[in-house]
Amino acid sequence: MIPFLLQRLAGAVVVIFAMSLIVFGGVFAIGNPIDVLINPAADQITRAETIARYGLDRPFWEQYGYFLGSLIRGDFGTSFVFNQPALGLILSKLPATLELALAAMLIAIVLGIPLGAYAGLKPESAASRTIMAASVLGFSLPTFWVGLMLILVFSVELGWLPSGGRGETVLVGGIEWSFLTADGLAHLLLPAFNLALFKLSLIIRLTRAGMRETWPADFVKFARAKGLSMRRVVLVHAMRNILIPIVTVLGLEFGSVVAFAVVTETIFSWPGMGKLVIDSILTLDRPVMVTYLMLVVTMFVIINLLVDLAYAALDPRVRLGGQR
Amino acid sequence: MSTRAASPAALFWAEFAESKVALGGLFVFALAVVLALTAPWITPQNPYDQALLSLMDARLPPGSLGSGGYTHWLGTDAQGRDVLSAIFWGLRTSLFVGAAAGVVALCIGTTVGLAAAFFGGRVELALMRLVDLQLSFPAILLALVLVAILGQGLFQVVAALVAAQYAYFARTVHGAALAERRKEYIEAASGIPLRPARVVLRHLLPNCLPPLIVVATVQVANAIAIEATLSFLGVGMPVTEPSLGTLIANGFQFMLSGRYWISVYPGIALLIVIVAINLVGDQLRDVLNPRLKK
Repeated sequence: MIPFLLQRLAGAVVVIFAMSLIVFGGVFAIGNPIDVLINPAADQITRAETIARYGLDRPFWEQYGYFLGSLIRGDFGTSFVFNQPALGLILSKLPATLELALAAMLIAIVLGIPLGAYAGLKPESAASRTIMAASVLGFSLPTFWVGLMLILVFSVELGWLPSGGRGETVLVGGIEWSFLTADGLAHLLLPAFNLALFKLSLIIRLTRAGMRETWPADFVKFARAKGLSMRRVVLVHAMRNILIPIVTVLGLEFGSVVAFAVVTETIFSWPGMGKLVIDSILTLDRPVMVTYLMLVVTMFVIINLLVDLAYAALDPRVRLGGQR
Repeated sequence: MSTRAASPAALFWAEFAESKVALGGLFVFALAVVLALTAPWITPQNPYDQALLSLMDARLPPGSLGSGGYTHWLGTDAQGRDVLSAIFWGLRTSLFVGAAAGVVALCIGTTVGLAAAFFGGRVELALMRLVDLQLSFPAILLALVLVAILGQGLFQVVAALVAAQYAYFARTVHGAALAERRKEYIEAASGIPLRPARVVLRHLLPNCLPPLIVVATVQVANAIAIEATLSFLGVGMPVTEPSLGTLIANGFQFMLSGRYWISVYPGIALLIVIVAINLVGDQLRDVLNPRLKK
């Protein structure tokens, strides 16, 4: 186990290092941030001073080395636009994104598992066909388009729910939360559902497939023959076996929910990390872009590492297999 | 299935046409391509010729008569642009980006996958590691990173999509080629001996095509959707070369005031194209998957 762990950890560090080079190199190549930073009317001396202050006159490798050094010290640079440390700025937006992502996952689970189980138990019924057709749409419709339709129907036409922002928030543990107030909850509902749709379709399909596979199995037949109630057979006997792959996929997909939040946050003006990074791309705010990308890459690497380790712990063939 | 002799193409078509839904999808897709190609001749207005636009016509609701003397069936946008014309022109951009990204990603991905499967060993390990690593990130995120790095524009968007999507092709081809590589006809071809390039391209590749065609269809739809998303976020196609996503983004600010048509109709057009391609892809998967054959 230990060599496997070390091998994977080393791999993760290499990936993060490589990404830092790609991200920094790439961001380095885009437009000159100086045009954003200073008044176009400023004279050459002010320009040169500003360039020197941000170290933008140094060669690429020197800037990269400086960047890496600061990174290790936990300094991700200062946002050009907000004039605040980039890391602090992004972390201050993290709770909003996490709240949205968790609410989306919750919706996907609470709706997806029962719907999928039903579609698996009664595959021929009209309701099941509707559920499956809807899940195909959930896969193929672009997230932003569904978001627009939700706003159009529920905010503009019906006027039931607000179209953007976080609404009233409550300070708990030094962090603002929307879901604790009725107004905040109303603001959370549409974006969370929008973000949930893709995962919801995924969970419906997984649960349905699991149910159809498990239902003819001997242990289920036995439980039914024993005269247990349908409810008990489905919820206890079948569900336990179905949940294992679902939990794995949910763990893996959490990262992609945070990534997709970029789209949902922009549509619903949800003040999270995703909206911040889109704004920073549009304003060429390099430190914020780089910091966000590094954080997301690190998050993905950690998630993949944890999944790998969990597999290795559960399945000895993985850690003994060597190569893969 | 009848036993009469028929060409593989005819058999394939007969099987594909069994699903009326898929035929409908194919028809709609073909129609979208025709509309996109002929847009300059069939639309009442060139939406990007400033001289033809009049602010008098701005934000007319669907069905109103504009100053140009023709009816704006889907209304006009904030610059007085005919939404129907803008959709057909936007379709040109969207379909072109999707097709270009799909074809280039197909070529690169196939090369990587075949190379990995054929050479094996270190090459395979290195290439497939990279592909697996890339597949662990969502395509939309990679595309976002890449356009953030490359900047706006048609070429940049296509490049970002290719870089984000080639991995799907590489993995599909690699998987299919691994299964085929061990079969006797490949051994026989190598034993004649034919040149490796010939074995790979004329013997191995054609047998990897079925799954590749399915992935290609789905990836073209995905490319169109991702491009639309990027353009909607304002980091994709520039305003001078709008795709359907750009049109939707332009109308978004007017939606809250009830002028839904500027965003919604381009959105419906986008949706129809994506669903049509996916329907075709689903049927192709059923036809081309030998495991589903009775």
